[in-house]
Amino acid sequence: MCKIHTIVQEDTIAAIATPVTGAAGGIGVIRVSGADSEGICRTLFRPRFKVEKFEDRRLYFGDVCSFDKGHILDEVLIALMKAPHSYTGEDVLEIHCHGNPLLLESVLREVFKAGARPAEPGEFTKRAFMNNRMDLTQAEAVAELISARTEQGAQNAVYGLQGILTDEIRKMHSSLVDVAALIETSIDFSEDENVNMPPLDQTVTVLDEIVCRIEEMVLSYETGKIYRDGISVVITGSTNVGKSSLLNRLTGQQRAIVADIPGTTRDFIDAEIAIRGLPVRFTDTAGIRNSGDFLEKESVLYAWEKAGQADLVLILIDVHRGISDCDTQIIKRHENKKRLVVANKIDLPHHFSSEDLKRAGLETEPLFISCKTNTGIDSLKEEIYKYAVAGKSRSEQGFVVNLRHKHALEKTAEAISKAGHQLAENSMPETAAYEIREAIYFLETITGETADSEILDRIFLNFCIGK
Amino acid sequence: MTSLKEYDVIVVGAGHAGCEAALAASRMGCSTLLFNINLDSIALMSCNPAIGGLGKGQLVKEVDALGGEMARIADKTACHFRLLNRSKGPAVQSSRCQCDKQLYRLAMKTVIERQENLFLRQGLVDELVVEGRRVTGVLDSTGFFFPGKTVIITAGTFLNGLIHIGRSLQPAGRAGEIASIHLAENLKKLGFETGRMKTGTPPRLKASSIDFSVLERQDSDPDPRPFSFATERLRKERLPSYFSATSAETHRIIRDNIQYSPLYSGAIQGVSARYCPSLEDKVMRFADKISHPVVLEFEGLETEEMYAKGLGNSLPLELQEQLVQSVPGLEEAEIMRSAYAIEYDFVQPTQLTGTLETKMIGGLYLAGQTNGTSGYEEAAAQGLWAGINAALAVQRRKPFILDRSEAYMGVMIDDLITRGVDEPYRMFTSRAEYRLILREDNATIRLLKRGYELGLISKDVARELEEKMRMIQEGIQGLSAKKIYPVAETNSILESLNTPPIKNATSLYQLLKRSELTYRDLDALGGWNGIEDTEVKRQIEIEAKYEGYIKRQKEEAQKFKNLEKRLIPSGMNYNNIPGLSNELIKKLTLIKPISIGQAQRIPGMTQAGLNAVLIFAKKFEQESETES
Repeated sequence: MCKIHTIVQEDTIAAIATPVTGAAGGIGVIRVSGADSEGICRTLFRPRFKVEKFEDRRLYFGDVCSFDKGHILDEVLIALMKAPHSYTGEDVLEIHCHGNPLLLESVLREVFKAGARPAEPGEFTKRAFMNNRMDLTQAEAVAELISARTEQGAQNAVYGLQGILTDEIRKMHSSLVDVAALIETSIDFSEDENVNMPPLDQTVTVLDEIVCRIEEMVLSYETGKIYRDGISVVITGSTNVGKSSLLNRLTGQQRAIVADIPGTTRDFIDAEIAIRGLPVRFTDTAGIRNSGDFLEKESVLYAWEKAGQADLVLILIDVHRGISDCDTQIIKRHENKKRLVVANKIDLPHHFSSEDLKRAGLETEPLFISCKTNTGIDSLKEEIYKYAVAGKSRSEQGFVVNLRHKHALEKTAEAISKAGHQLAENSMPETAAYEIREAIYFLETITGETADSEILDRIFLNFCIGK
Repeated sequence: MTSLKEYDVIVVGAGHAGCEAALAASRMGCSTLLFNINLDSIALMSCNPAIGGLGKGQLVKEVDALGGEMARIADKTACHFRLLNRSKGPAVQSSRCQCDKQLYRLAMKTVIERQENLFLRQGLVDELVVEGRRVTGVLDSTGFFFPGKTVIITAGTFLNGLIHIGRSLQPAGRAGEIASIHLAENLKKLGFETGRMKTGTPPRLKASSIDFSVLERQDSDPDPRPFSFATERLRKERLPSYFSATSAETHRIIRDNIQYSPLYSGAIQGVSARYCPSLEDKVMRFADKISHPVVLEFEGLETEEMYAKGLGNSLPLELQEQLVQSVPGLEEAEIMRSAYAIEYDFVQPTQLTGTLETKMIGGLYLAGQTNGTSGYEEAAAQGLWAGINAALAVQRRKPFILDRSEAYMGVMIDDLITRGVDEPYRMFTSRAEYRLILREDNATIRLLKRGYELGLISKDVARELEEKMRMIQEGIQGLSAKKIYPVAETNSILESLNTPPIKNATSLYQLLKRSELTYRDLDALGGWNGIEDTEVKRQIEIEAKYEGYIKRQKEEAQKFKNLEKRLIPSGMNYNNIPGLSNELIKKLTLIKPISIGQAQRIPGMTQAGLNAVLIFAKKFEQESETES
């Protein structure tokens, strides 16, 4: 018994088409492709001016609303491109939202509720190819692209579904296969072959446990989001404590101009690296001092503001120079923030004591590094990682990072609940079996593994069957 | 020496597959020659005396709806009926009946003898005659040539059959019958990949030597439904079955003497089915189970022979006797036929197309155990399928193929040709992903019309079915339109039916969805036109009970069909497709899937691999279009 996987062309698919990592862009686009595109548009979009018929390839202004209650989610522009004159060659709907990743996701979720399913990696391109929207000679390239994207997706999944979580999904899968095997044994063998069976409603507890666990995992999605969206870290500190050098060290590149002249960095420099799979976006800010230079004054003000928006602030001090009033001011200013004080230049003689630190309002030791000798940079990265995931429950167990996975998990739980209900009521086991298969199928869309003949194997392993 | 007559279809072996194949082909107007080694063993039930069972009952009803014979003969000769899974839903209920073995074989022989265009002949076929890549006929063991446009091999366990009892080895197709050695060698020489399977049969005991007084008796269902839509009356005689179980002594005998079992001495190489283990296997593999069931079934009305289900083994005779007599009720039992194991050749069915024709030799079809299946019903279904397709090929008509969403037969054939077999293949309802819409009860609705199109079902029957389907639709519409309201009188009727009262206006159809209500209960609510036809009533009831699921399965079936329709051009070269593993390239090249749907079901297929096939099939197709 096998279940059709997502290669089915006729489904309507949707995904966020603009990059979601990195700084929130001005505009985010959700792309929907397939026969239901127009239907989904009519369901979710409320045009500002009355529209009789959506014209092909024309922009409309209005609100996108939630599927159930019709709450307004965002003010958007939409365009419908009818087949075959679209990127994929199918009916395509594009929803241009504001660029906030959370907002885009909530809109996408409504699109799923309205009937689309999450697009597989590379699926838009595949459809474009299949519908003659691409040159035949591109077959190799398309095949490679899809396979690469699939692999990348798998790698991302490894980041997100690390260790225990992946194991847990496998375990759930295995428990579901056991439940399926039990139900199928009761259907296919209990009467003809006189197999002694435990009652089916015994499995209800197992199913309830799985549903609880899935619910927890779905909740962890919010936490797991940091793996996808990353965190922002602002490097701040007085002038000339080595902020730009630190940025260069962290990124391993010459991103910032380094000079001994105070105030070299006036613009904000962004760089992104991955620490243990977690995207971390650094912003190097202008050093803070009281300066007469107008531009620098502006940029210093801006640095305060930037630091205010960051998920984590690295306050850099200079052990050689000691703690200045300016440093103290900066440390105090970020008192209620997530901050990490980093003491640079430990390759040079130290000029500060723990009293100085206490006076500056620091309870704990700073992290000592040297940008020059690369000392302590790895520990710093580790610290940043810990900060990012601290308080996010199950940090060691990984997260559900991906809306597609979340969607699949929710579908899994829904099917299991139905099955559990039916088994508890002792109604027809074949419909419960159907729901369990559905649940197994949705879990498999996450792991990419198929159970197929596994159920039969499990039956013959666990039960003595035969005349 | 050559026969003067060229046959359209030659069928080798008149077991359950061969009989259906020959009948279908001849009924479709083809001159058909049917061989059997011995004309007294046509349609013999070599193992248990039963037809049907879970998943198998569905096959029997499908064979019937396509004009096959098995269901009719079963109805004619059955003495014990059971509806299995009665407490579960209709989709997984299956019928099973026990027949009089001798009556069954004679009834089938009579039908075959009286069939126009069908020539029955005793003989042993030794060789296929092949010219180029097409079969042109067969040679019998005397070297006589029978020309035929197509040949269907339904050889059962006869190809290189080898019987094991203890250390004794005997070439045989079945106890007391010669094996087919030359044909087996011939198939290998032609280049077919073959393998060995093992099956077995329990001892037959003399009824008068059994102490039934200590055994639990099971009688036939009092209200049996026939297998065939055409059956009006079942025979009156009924035979009971009896239950016993193995004892600690039975298990001790087996454990102490396991070295004498050819299964454990290494003498048997063939693969046996996990769902049909011999008693040795049950005792050794499930050591913690202290007892296994034994069922005694009569083999017929006029015989003392009883089939001892559960006691199948291949131990030497002295141990068989001890073993049988260690079972309560069988202390004095006399063995009339010994249990034995048999090994035989099968042809890996991935070498077949969807019509069961071999890819290598045109006009050659294989069906039944030759394809690695087990069971009379599985064999009959394949035989019918091969017979129909051979006839269609002779008549240059389009092949007949049912897909996985249309019939259990479609599931089985697709499993065989796409996945191959690694143990004897038996039908289970769990193999059918569209199980909720592929039911015994709707087999005629699904397939009678197809049988009519093939010329195997009469026009009158087809017309009757259409009328029935119209009544079902009308009935559903009528019940949906008829509303009842939450007034005291109505709710008190509902209460008397042991179902909760209604709070809003409710249609009778909605009410029928409640699991505790049946169609008959609606009578109490009155005010609408009842339906007389019980089958129509039943269909309406089932539709109501499963409604949400039927709808979902039908939608899934539609998606499935769309993938089946996405064809892969026949000349596809898989060697140069990036992203395919060597293993997948090998499998794709061997199986030559005709559609993306079939490719998807190849074991080990990945999503990325399937995408690559999809993309390159498209490229290949367009390139060949531009060239031509």
